[in-house]
Amino acid sequence: MTDYSADSILVLLDVTPSGALSKSAAGLLGAAAEVGTPVALIVAAAGEGEQQAQDAAALGATHVIVAEHAAAGTELTVPGADALAAAAELVRPDAILVSNSIEGREIAARYAARSRSGLAVDAVGVARDAEGVVARHSVYGGAYNVDSAVTWGAPVITVREGSIDARAEAKPASIERLEVAASGRKAAVTGALEEEVVASSRPDLRGAAKVVSGGRGLGSEDKFVLVDQLADVLGAAVGASRAAVDAGYVPQSHQVGQTGVSVSPQLYIALGISGAIQHRAGMQTAKTIVAINKDGDAPIFEIADFGIVGDLFTVVPQLIAALEARKA
Amino acid sequence: MKIVVLVKEVPDTYGDRKLDLQTGLADRAASETVLDEISERALEVALAYADSHADTEVVVLSMSPESAAATVRKGLAMGAAAAVQVVDEALLGADLGLTAEVLAAALRRIGFDLVIAGNQSTDGSGGVLPAMIAEHLDVPNATSLNSVEIADAEVRGERATDHGTMQVTASMPAVISITEALPDARFPNFKGIMAAKKKPFETLSLADLDIDAETTEASRSIVISLGEKPPRTAGTKIVDEGDAGERLAEYLVQNRLA
Ligand SMILES: Cc1cc2nc3c(=O)[nH]c(=O)nc-3n(C[C@H](O)[C@H](O)[C@H](O)COP(=O)(O)OP(=O)(O)OC[C@H]3O[C@@H](n4cnc5c(N)ncnc54)[C@H](O)[C@@H]3O)c2cc1C
Ligand SMILES: Nc1ncnc2c1ncn2[C@@H]1O[C@H](COP(=O)(O)O)[C@@H](O)[C@H]1O
Repeated sequence: MTDYSADSILVLLDVTPSGALSKSAAGLLGAAAEVGTPVALIVAAAGEGEQQAQDAAALGATHVIVAEHAAAGTELTVPGADALAAAAELVRPDAILVSNSIEGREIAARYAARSRSGLAVDAVGVARDAEGVVARHSVYGGAYNVDSAVTWGAPVITVREGSIDARAEAKPASIERLEVAASGRKAAVTGALEEEVVASSRPDLRGAAKVVSGGRGLGSEDKFVLVDQLADVLGAAVGASRAAVDAGYVPQSHQVGQTGVSVSPQLYIALGISGAIQHRAGMQTAKTIVAINKDGDAPIFEIADFGIVGDLFTVVPQLIAALEARKA
Repeated sequence: MKIVVLVKEVPDTYGDRKLDLQTGLADRAASETVLDEISERALEVALAYADSHADTEVVVLSMSPESAAATVRKGLAMGAAAAVQVVDEALLGADLGLTAEVLAAALRRIGFDLVIAGNQSTDGSGGVLPAMIAEHLDVPNATSLNSVEIADAEVRGERATDHGTMQVTASMPAVISITEALPDARFPNFKGIMAAKKKPFETLSLADLDIDAETTEASRSIVISLGEKPPRTAGTKIVDEGDAGERLAEYLVQNRLA
């Protein structure tokens, strides 16, 4: 049996439907390494999880626990919470980090409720003070920085995807298998997954260094391609306003804002987006904001570092041509 | 069937939302408060089912300060049959853990076949309460649903996951949460507003629920420091005179952004 160090940080890693570690893994392990010794947890069906465990070590996990649960992959949330409970019992960590993905945060939720642990959600960083591990949050669209801690015990912290730049050094693989007894908690049963097709050459919206977003001003799904084209010239991810999502120009996973993804890129370009407060809540922490809108009074201009009052259908093609000419 | 909808009062996202730098709590005086849009959509799912299933009872449940009663009442005006509000001074600044325990205790007392929540509130935006409540009640969580199908003994739907959509099924009693892909809610009409005045509105305290907010048995999350960031200001704004695309290209290159 492994001897877990007193400053262990237990990190639950998401696994994608195709069986790879989720992209959030590197940041989670990076954050954990800053405040303690990262111990990764992977939930898998019996006999599986070996490759992911190797990958977790390469991303900096000092130890990897592969938790085998009979209902992993067929039941929602409960197997993950059972695994987290078993691993926490074994490791006795100083904190538990989980991705703030839908799957991750719901597992954290069930586990925290079961163990009556303090839960902090959507952290953009972690730190350690004399009393223990602290979660850093950016709230109300980045208008406030809030630090939270728990009254006792190990905090359960969900970490915003793409928010952590720190990376941990690769470690030799030290893998332990843990058979998890099902808690018997009632769970929903999962069925067929319809995977969203993603343009693999484009960066993920979460954590992207550059984002080009389109709004209702694009006018149609066909014309929204202009957003994709500019994104590809810049090597940027594609985002959208809720109005563009509602109109069916792009899938919901691209929505930036209050009820969508929060991004903090180096460059954010808003095309045909008015800049409603709920949209700004998801992007106003970007380093540089560029806006193109034909309405000079659009609120997006209040926060734009470079604003162009004009028709995006003439400005953007010219911009693309100019950028391509410079590349050639 | 008895459906309980979890509704939350939040600062209006259209307004300026502020945190009190002393207490770390939402500054309720700084902005208008409204029924959270996602709560309204959750209520719409219940009401739409009730429209076509006469033996359905829809109850709205909220944990909120006393001043939120009018907001909760809007749920009655929209068509819910009864409202329950948990009000207690000891809940000021309640963390997610305490909120989940309180709502779960209230749900146990009210009784339910199905609980419908929003996937994420616009102020806390935790996205965790429905799963926490399901854990306390030992019922399945079928959460983050883009579509909902309520049958006699089970509830099904299409769950928005991080990688696409997935079919999920839960036998009832269950807790579900819905996304903003579900339709906008109906408006309360005059008849509904008048009828709301006669509908049962129960106010519960922590004592009624046998909950001690101060218990040290549970660990709680607390704010330890808080800072306000200076608001962003506008930079250069130009009107396109035929060369804006080229000027923007230049700006991006100069700032090493292209
Ligand atoms: C609870 C709640 C949560 C919300 N969450 C979000 C969220 O997460 N994200 C979000 O984005 N919104 C959100 N919203 C919606 C938000 O209030 C706005 O309705 C939405 O952001 C508007 O999107 P838009 O700017 O694309 O559309 P519009 O406001 O319609 O703006 C379109 C803009 O395009 C410009 N335009 C049109 N044609 C051209 C052209 N040819 N060239 C240049 N400009 C052009 C117009 O001048 C206009 O400014 C939320 C709302 C609520 C109530
Ligand atoms: N104080 C509350 N009272 C009633 N329901 C709530 C409360 N807080 C959250 N909820 C419900 O839980 C959902 C998710 O909230 P959250 O976990 O805060 O994002 C909300 O959309 C509501 O349906």
